[in-house]
Amino acid sequence: MNDRIITISPVTRIEGHAKISIFLDENDVVREARFQVTDFRGFEKFCEGRPFYEMPGITSRACGICPVSHLIASAKACDEIASVRVPEAATLLRRLMHMGQLIQSHALSFFHLSAPDLLLGMDYDPSKRNIIGLINEYPDLALKGVKLRKFGQEIIEKLAGKRIHSSQWIVPGGVTTPLTKDRAENLIRSLPEALNITLEAIAVFKKYLAKFEHETHAFGDFPTYYVGLVNEEGELEHYDGRLRIMSSDGSLVADKVDPARYDEYIGEAVEPWSYMKFPYLKSVGYPEGAYRVGPLARLNIVSKCGTPLADAELKEFKKLGKNGIVQCTFHYHYARLIETLFCIETAKQILENPKAYSERVWARAKVNADEGVGVAEAPRGTLIHHYKTDKDGLITWVNMIIATEHNNLAFNRAVTQVAKEYVKGKHVKEGCLNRVEAVVRALDPCLSCATHAVGQMPLEIRLFNSEGDLIDSVTR
Amino acid sequence: MSLLDNDEALVSLFKEVQLVYGPLVDAKDFPENVDVTLVEGAVANVEQLELLKKARANSKVVVSIGDCAVTGNVTALRNAIHEGDSAVLERAYLEIADAQPQVPVDVPKLLKRVFPLHEIVKVDYYVPGCPPPAENLAYVLTEILAGRAPKMENKSKYG
Repeated sequence: MNDRIITISPVTRIEGHAKISIFLDENDVVREARFQVTDFRGFEKFCEGRPFYEMPGITSRACGICPVSHLIASAKACDEIASVRVPEAATLLRRLMHMGQLIQSHALSFFHLSAPDLLLGMDYDPSKRNIIGLINEYPDLALKGVKLRKFGQEIIEKLAGKRIHSSQWIVPGGVTTPLTKDRAENLIRSLPEALNITLEAIAVFKKYLAKFEHETHAFGDFPTYYVGLVNEEGELEHYDGRLRIMSSDGSLVADKVDPARYDEYIGEAVEPWSYMKFPYLKSVGYPEGAYRVGPLARLNIVSKCGTPLADAELKEFKKLGKNGIVQCTFHYHYARLIETLFCIETAKQILENPKAYSERVWARAKVNADEGVGVAEAPRGTLIHHYKTDKDGLITWVNMIIATEHNNLAFNRAVTQVAKEYVKGKHVKEGCLNRVEAVVRALDPCLSCATHAVGQMPLEIRLFNSEGDLIDSVTR
Repeated sequence: MSLLDNDEALVSLFKEVQLVYGPLVDAKDFPENVDVTLVEGAVANVEQLELLKKARANSKVVVSIGDCAVTGNVTALRNAIHEGDSAVLERAYLEIADAQPQVPVDVPKLLKRVFPLHEIVKVDYYVPGCPPPAENLAYVLTEILAGRAPKMENKSKYG
């Protein structure tokens, strides 16, 4: 190998385990950077032989950050296997819980993981550039972040009685218990504060946007395709809907695709250096068919969110791009905050809908089909669970494509672009490395989910020379 | 995640401690002379094995948190499969792959089987649960910080 390589390991303030290797050419100029995921569990194999109705409980253990999204995708796949029609109230309540999931995850990503970079600065003392540093420097804002995440978790808790891993509540065929008025009133009372915190976070983000003008352009600013679910009106959708695939100029590649036919459009490639697979668009090929999912992609593929405050903000967002397509990875942060507005507004609509209080919430059935696909938009993007069963409903085959996996090709492009901008020569400064990591944080990977592994994420940058020898390893 | 579910109480808890390593802070190497280390997850690959040993060597107290750390739980489901380490890899990377099917090699190798923490190192306290309840984590940390041994009777729960 005729390159020098830099490695960042572990990547910190992300969820999961990863390292970044940066390859230099003979002139010590960055040639390529790789985002490597280092953990794997194997749900596709070890779920074999389990009864299908256990799948929501097992697969949601892939992750403690977005277990509700896994529960929903898994339960929807199981709804297909049971061939049931989920009662309307159950659909509303599952959707409400998913709004709570999105709010808590987006709040965590913005306040707990990324705000230290944005507010304290990329070159701030690394030992203090974290949520505790944020609490010390900006106690008011940090506390509001904690409160917003708490609001999301409380939606989940009021519905299921438990904040994380509520798999006894979301079940194949619906949910186990209805929503009571007194529990709902608690949530309704907290709505205005949650909305105000989000609006304030958007104002803060916009203030700092000018400060990071250079970063915004070196920050994974490149064209890709975009994939996500949209509803029947082509608006923002996180629970149901059909797949839309859009090109970088805003033209439609495919629309109204039944999510159960995902494998006609999406292929998965493997590289020897990462446990995370590399999904690509089959019609374009590998690796050219790189696409992005998640908040930025979802806002790119819709013309409207469908709620007033989020729609007002979406207009501002669309001005940042051409033809309403925003390609800069840095703006995932902005998209995440706009989605948070949408989720709070949607939660309000559901809580005010009398149909959400019906006591008919669970259609029970045994196995009636031998295959099921469940798709939802998790905080980080499109989440696909696909199961096959035998005649007794025992699982024979499983595939899961997780939000973060879809972004894998984009992660590698983004990290390469930032490395080219900020890493010069054989030595790398700490703040430069943090910018490489910051682009990873903007994409907000959940690697626990992506490799179906469990745990938290550290990062390492290794620098290799053109002979392939390790010449610098940056661990702080 | 469950630790963060202490919400506002987190702010006062964090004032008492210096967080030196973990997913919320930027340290890359496990530091020396650590008072308390909370370890989540089971041990499934060689990198995790080394990190756990280092964490134990450098820490006065090690707490095993969550069902995966305490029993292996879902992470250890592959232990029931014959040659589970290669079986899970072959399914994911050879059978369910459309382009370049291959088992990744330039990654930390999976261990033959998955271990709960106490099979590898000495563990001082256990906080099971999936997730471990936030109040149990707060209780254990408060007791250890006060120099007392946490009493987990009637507090522990699995699942």
